[in-house]
Amino acid sequence: MSSPPANGRAEERKSGSNNDRSDTTVSPASAAPVAVASALPLFRSSAPPLVALVGNPNSGKSTVFNALTGLRQKIANYAGVTVDKKEGRCLLNGGGEVTMLDLPGAYSLTSRSPDEDVVRDVLLGLRSDTPRPEAVIVVVDASNLERNLYLVTQVIDLGLPTIVALNMMDMAIAHGRPVEARKLQRKLGVPVVPIVARKSEGLDRLRAQLNPLPPSPQATVPLPRPLEDEASALAAQIEQRVGASDALSRALALRMLVSDGAAEAARSRWNLDWTNELDQARTRIRAAGCDLTSAEATTRYQWIHEVCRETVASPDQQRLTTTEKLDRVLTHRVFGPIIFLVLMTFVFQALFTWASVPMDAIDGGLKWLGAQLATALPAGALRSLLVDGVLGGAGAVFVFLPQILILFLFLAILDDSGYLARAAFMMDKLMSTVGLHGRSFIPLMSSFACAIPGIMATRTIENKRDRFLTILIAPLMSCSARLPVYTLMIGAFIPNKKVGPFTLPALTMLSMYLVGLAAAMAVGWLFRRTLFRGRPAPFLLELPPYRPPILRNVFISMWERGREFVTRAGTVILAISIVLWFLAAYPQRAPQPGESATTAVAEQRKQSFAGRLGHLIEPVVQPLGFDWKMGIGLIASFAAREVLVSTMATIYNVGEADAQSVGLREALRNERYPDGRPVYTPLVAISVMVFFVLACQCMSTVAVVRRETNSWQWPAFMVAYMTALAYIGSLVVFQVGRALGWG
Amino acid sequence: MCQLAANERTLDRCPPGTGGRIVRVDSEAALQQRLLELGFVPGTTVSVVKLASLGDPLEVLIRGYHLSLRKREARTVVVTSS
Repeated sequence: MSSPPANGRAEERKSGSNNDRSDTTVSPASAAPVAVASALPLFRSSAPPLVALVGNPNSGKSTVFNALTGLRQKIANYAGVTVDKKEGRCLLNGGGEVTMLDLPGAYSLTSRSPDEDVVRDVLLGLRSDTPRPEAVIVVVDASNLERNLYLVTQVIDLGLPTIVALNMMDMAIAHGRPVEARKLQRKLGVPVVPIVARKSEGLDRLRAQLNPLPPSPQATVPLPRPLEDEASALAAQIEQRVGASDALSRALALRMLVSDGAAEAARSRWNLDWTNELDQARTRIRAAGCDLTSAEATTRYQWIHEVCRETVASPDQQRLTTTEKLDRVLTHRVFGPIIFLVLMTFVFQALFTWASVPMDAIDGGLKWLGAQLATALPAGALRSLLVDGVLGGAGAVFVFLPQILILFLFLAILDDSGYLARAAFMMDKLMSTVGLHGRSFIPLMSSFACAIPGIMATRTIENKRDRFLTILIAPLMSCSARLPVYTLMIGAFIPNKKVGPFTLPALTMLSMYLVGLAAAMAVGWLFRRTLFRGRPAPFLLELPPYRPPILRNVFISMWERGREFVTRAGTVILAISIVLWFLAAYPQRAPQPGESATTAVAEQRKQSFAGRLGHLIEPVVQPLGFDWKMGIGLIASFAAREVLVSTMATIYNVGEADAQSVGLREALRNERYPDGRPVYTPLVAISVMVFFVLACQCMSTVAVVRRETNSWQWPAFMVAYMTALAYIGSLVVFQVGRALGWG
Repeated sequence: MCQLAANERTLDRCPPGTGGRIVRVDSEAALQQRLLELGFVPGTTVSVVKLASLGDPLEVLIRGYHLSLRKREARTVVVTSS
């Protein structure tokens, strides 16, 4: 390969491992690398063929992917964008296998979001990190055929062997609108396989279509003359300059004519600039009286409408579907929000009660391991590092797993069943008053478990401003990492009194969540009027039919979230725990003759690096009601909030890192200033909690925001504004509370 | 925004349970294109199913599926009053 690669990493990857795939070649007309050679006989290499899975959101695409690949999945990232690249191995009936590439959900190849960009670019072979697939399976919701066929007709035009998986046939039949698959197959010119993915029906027939692959289809829908003519002319140039096949050149030309995104992708892929040609072609098309914005959609839908009239039975009478009946209650103007609130209350109750059992088990297991290590190893730096540093860190990671899994159990069920979209529908007005989007609701909701998956979930927000705004306020949602802090402070300082049917600790916990929510709304409102001014992105949200959630999907979703947390956040937490152990253990101080063991430990803490830092910031945090030990805790927990508990345990030398531990609570309650005043009062505890609600104490979040916004500027800004907010919040709480005589 | 003919109204003005045939979509190019791709092609029947609790967004039925959009967007969809 003689030419400069479009992307250094891609070049490395190819030369490293994938030369035999032959997805690149050099055409005589240009010296640029090309990834469009699927027509060459060379592609039959030893690697299994790549088959892309595409479909509208809610078409059941993920269910098909999970059913075809099981847990033989791996998740990576597309280079330069933050879209998950999901691949899985699909075993075929005859013994062969294909690599299934699960592309993000898309309504159209005329992209409006990074997700849809990826779909278009992969299918056109415009991505340097992904070879062009050798075939496409389009998953179609048979009970919603017209809109789903829009993407199908666009995909068929790409000229790749295409198979339509006609999913949810059972629902179409139940609605009195069964689809005649054979007739549809004749109309589309590609195999149409009726399936019910949730019941694993028809999957064998679907797999059978992959071996051998069907022939490349012909374009289906004739587009308006001026558009067709210009596309053909441009296609001829593309064919000549990059050596793409007929169908691909036409598809590329068409996509470039109707969307700048495709033109840009083609430009960066081949280093070929078509701007002038495109501008001239578009002008000629408009001059011929053809509207570029509407021509494609109007023509395709006319064709689709005809096809559906012939292939879909009309019901004898309009039946009210189960979904419509359910929505009469679930999105009712009065009952809808009430049901939603009750549901959320139940979820949070479950988070606190169910999670405690496995959390205790994990905690007990780690303690047992620590005890084993302590007896097996001689006293010294290594034992201290393993027991206090590594195990403490591991504990801080794994102890959150139950809560994350339980929350994602609920979220996956709500999402899979179609309810989450209704929640966004009901919450949109409320969200939009502070300049947010109904779609922001789901990421923000997820951020109650952990801001990291929440921030990653903002990828479904098409508009960049809306997305960044959501990212910036997501860490204000009280995530599960704050729970240990709340648990410790509430357990130690909030009396367990009954207030009506509730308890004071529960209400305190609830108010911490509300403080975060209120702050998020206020900040969102402010930023919308300053940083992110301008028209909000349109809110177009499909309300899919309700379906019973599929256990396998729910399980896989929980598994992925859990793994994500352990690998991405866990590693950081572990590393920080070790650093903190070092900061607390060094420089080592020799015990003075005659002093007690407790004094020796306390002196060690004071003179350690951490102690010196804590002392250094004590004047700054004193107005918040914090002493130098809490200062150390704050410094430590700027890495991760839950580290506070283990840090306090270390500082107070109670030896175990558990928010529930009586020892640590007692130590905090008994802590006195030299003049005999208690260091901690209920007011100080609330001040601590408010600080933790508002501050961005999570290196993993900072790392994820950097990745999602592709800059250091946004995470830096986020840390700055949240720290300021936390400081002011705590200051107000403590000073006002003290003035009122509460502490 | 264009003038409405006597028998035309915008989608946000349709009370729940009513609708009409789409005459045109009057929004800026990006939104217009997305609406067209979602099936809001002239001649298509669309009806308002309900409004959310606070009166916005609204839920519409088009081409056999349910979509939620804000009044701001619905205002750009011109339908015949049936």
